[in-house]
Amino acid sequence: MMESLDQIKSRIEADVPGAKIEIVANGSPSQQDSLLIDNEHAVATARFLRVDPALRLDFCSNVTGVDWLDRVVKKTIKVKTVVEGVEKEVDQTTEEKIPGYLEAVYHLYSITHKHGPVIIRMRTADRAECARLPSLTPVWRSAEFQEREIFDLYGIHFEGHPDLRRILMWDEFEDHPMRKDYVQPDDFEWEPTPHDDVLARAKEHYPPRPQLDGAEQIAAPQ
Amino acid sequence: MNMTTETIEAMERPPVTMASRLEGELLEVSMGPQHPSTHGVFRMNVALEGEIVRKLKPVFGYLHRNHEQIGEHTSYLGSMPYTDRLDYFCSMSNNWAYALSVEKLAGIEVPERAEYLRVILAELTRLQNHASLLGFLLSDMGAWGTPLMYAFREREKILDLFESLSGSRMMCDYMRFGGCRLDASDEWLARAKQIVDRFPEFLDEFEELILGNEIVIGRTQNVGKISAELAINSGITGPMVRACGVNYDIRKVDGYGFYRRFKFRIPLGEHGDTYDRLMMRALEMHESVSILQQAFAQIQPGPVLNPKVKVRAFRPPVGEAYGRIEAPKGELGFYLISDGSPNPYRYRVRPPSFINLTILEDMCLGHTVADVMVILGSVDIVMGEVDR
Repeated sequence: MMESLDQIKSRIEADVPGAKIEIVANGSPSQQDSLLIDNEHAVATARFLRVDPALRLDFCSNVTGVDWLDRVVKKTIKVKTVVEGVEKEVDQTTEEKIPGYLEAVYHLYSITHKHGPVIIRMRTADRAECARLPSLTPVWRSAEFQEREIFDLYGIHFEGHPDLRRILMWDEFEDHPMRKDYVQPDDFEWEPTPHDDVLARAKEHYPPRPQLDGAEQIAAPQ
Repeated sequence: MNMTTETIEAMERPPVTMASRLEGELLEVSMGPQHPSTHGVFRMNVALEGEIVRKLKPVFGYLHRNHEQIGEHTSYLGSMPYTDRLDYFCSMSNNWAYALSVEKLAGIEVPERAEYLRVILAELTRLQNHASLLGFLLSDMGAWGTPLMYAFREREKILDLFESLSGSRMMCDYMRFGGCRLDASDEWLARAKQIVDRFPEFLDEFEELILGNEIVIGRTQNVGKISAELAINSGITGPMVRACGVNYDIRKVDGYGFYRRFKFRIPLGEHGDTYDRLMMRALEMHESVSILQQAFAQIQPGPVLNPKVKVRAFRPPVGEAYGRIEAPKGELGFYLISDGSPNPYRYRVRPPSFINLTILEDMCLGHTVADVMVILGSVDIVMGEVDR
């Protein structure tokens, strides 16, 4: 049986000095909680997870990105206040603004011990065009194409990736289509061809068609 | 004065021969995207030294339609028919992987008969996928037509079964969250059993036809070798990783469905070369036949769909889930994040054949162009799943 996330967390923090690990709870019946690891010590943490003899998470199955937009979380707390000399409980609603970020999620399994998944995630500071995360491809090569896919579709730059290029979209494509605020260009099908120019030149080249039959002058019936 | 002597010297130099000029130079060839052996629209930029591959970069995206974004814009159930189009050879397995993930996300129980039907359909899918893969691989090697027709004759019988059960041969859209869409009649089960019982006959004939063939052995043994360490680190799954001798089958590890109730063995390779990958498929078909025969013996009448699952306004609780199955091509997983709305917030497909291509270059380096086709064939890719 695999150890709990709390144990893994404390062992990482003991082994990788300075690493800050947070457990992200998951409310779904799947009960797949995850570890939020800090970007600075991500590679060292990942290497520990892969090498540690009790864990041996040698198989990085799934790597994916998630886009979280700016959110406002409303919290209602009951506050005791004194109104006209009488103590009352009043609902007080506070709004907390959570700025958006991009996330990379890794699902790790162990082929040696046949356990898993241990889910680790990393978060960028913001949703800017050049949001950065450390690449875990040097630790697990299976992340190579999948991190390229995240770079392509979400626009996260993975530092230390050996070959970070677009993979599914073409190289000249500019936006990141999996972002939640992506808007499809409305002139998507249109592309400049010499066709219109050629037509314009052809118009100039040929004289206007002589009106031989007079059919142009026949007016449509009123 | 100086200028003229220099030009004369240059002219008097012996002419450069062809052989020395080409020495060490690489020829870049774009293989694909429209080529019968690339199994769809797939391109490889290959740098060749003579016939030998020195560099190989796969180019994807010709069939990309952003399946994941479409999944985020439709309801949970709305993506079910669309999963058929991922790996269009194995729509039943794709359905199961997606249904399994949503069932994990929402905590849905599946009735016993539905689990048995799922196992039966997934193993039938494995039979027809592996049989036709062997046919395609032989086609890539130059055995045009005949082995493929043998395989397709058997595949046709299984597709007929799918058609009579779900109404469609390839785009089955058969499973639902909490079970299956329709029940299988006793006649259907009897017919399926008959086809499965006769399958070993075909397997023996097919193996005699191809696997002992001198040309097949010559073209595949010691071609495209990978080590077990590299395979594990690169996330290779399915028959490809087992060909390297790595004992990892999700049917055994996770025991999803009712796979813990069946007795079956996991064939393992030794060398990790193309021949072992080919053999894996043949041996796995024998095990699938055994699982199917046990399932036909064990299946009992009962409901096939959990009646508590809402069809309209289906909203899983907030959270996330990753579910995976052993699809014929490897580990097929779905990662879903729910924000409590009718659409998934994040819908991710973990495509096995896309990730299995990570080490295509490592397998091909040092081999000839003709071997690249055979190696690619043994990876077993379907572009609908690779490009999504």
